[in-house]
Amino acid sequence: MGKPKLKEHIINREWCKGCGICVHFCPKNVLELDENDKAVAVIPEECICCRLCELRCPDLAIEVITEPSEVSESSEVSETSEV
Amino acid sequence: MAIKDYIRERFFPHMWCAGCGHGIVLNGLLRAIEQIGISKNDIVMVSGIGCSSRISGYVDFHTLHTLHGRALAFATGVKMSRPELKLIVPMGDGDALAIGGNHFIHAARRNIDMTAIVMNNRIYGMTGGQYSPLSGYGTSATTAPYSNIDHTFDVVNLSVAAGASFVARTTAYHVMQMISVLKQAILHKGFSVVEILTQCPTYFGRKNKLGGAVEMMEYFKNNTTSVGSKAKQENPELIERGVFVRKEIPEYCSEYEKIIQRATIG
Repeated sequence: MGKPKLKEHIINREWCKGCGICVHFCPKNVLELDENDKAVAVIPEECICCRLCELRCPDLAIEVITEPSEVSESSEVSETSEV
Repeated sequence: MAIKDYIRERFFPHMWCAGCGHGIVLNGLLRAIEQIGISKNDIVMVSGIGCSSRISGYVDFHTLHTLHGRALAFATGVKMSRPELKLIVPMGDGDALAIGGNHFIHAARRNIDMTAIVMNNRIYGMTGGQYSPLSGYGTSATTAPYSNIDHTFDVVNLSVAAGASFVARTTAYHVMQMISVLKQAILHKGFSVVEILTQCPTYFGRKNKLGGAVEMMEYFKNNTTSVGSKAKQENPELIERGVFVRKEIPEYCSEYEKIIQRATIG
């Protein structure tokens, strides 16, 4: 299985409360809070599609969409992972 | 099914504060259920009162929002009458272990098949930051301005002693582990307890000068370790995470069914 390739981050600005958890814990610093305290992907090309932003979002406001050809249905990190 | 199919989108954005760990528990629970692939019509979520208990309003299962501390009692009633359904009972630390303490230990003792999730943020958030049985000695709360002199329960040790047949602990930081232990707990036949340490930046964090949601999650990251790890031997202060107990013992509804059979023949 190849590495998942990012299509886009879908960020629900109505649901995002700007807590900054996704921004802080992103391993590649892809995300930032904008002037309205909403998460935005500022360098999406760096995204490794680990989905930790999506999984840690308390507001269910982020979805990481990957290119379908590259990856099978579940791109979950191994369950033995420390996180 | 996408996780959006398991929620009542009309109630979003939810009422929890920015950075509240309860939202991460909701997120992890939805993914655990999605990965197991249970139909939402086969799940009953029963909750009591408190910030944590508002979770039942957001999921599109059969849901009951009941009395403070009594979620397990209502869930026991549902399970006894419809044992084929999956019962999930999310509770706050105060809900589960203060007012609901007796229900908690006896549900564990009976080994009735349901999953109790203790969303432990160490405070009563909804009512304004009063200390709970999980706040701990030396912490601050609205009702403990000169510091709290109550000691805490250890939820894991309490559950083990009360007889729960599956006991696990994780945190809102460790989302992959959260999904994994929730899946195991839901699939386990018997009384499962999953304690999830969650952050309340609004009250516990602010009252105890722990920073915001991010800093509180950093704390979970840096002050916990896998159960039985070498790190724990070197630093006994670390909080252990993982599955502590998993045992197969007779389940309450199955045993009750046998009693019915015996009585019917008799």
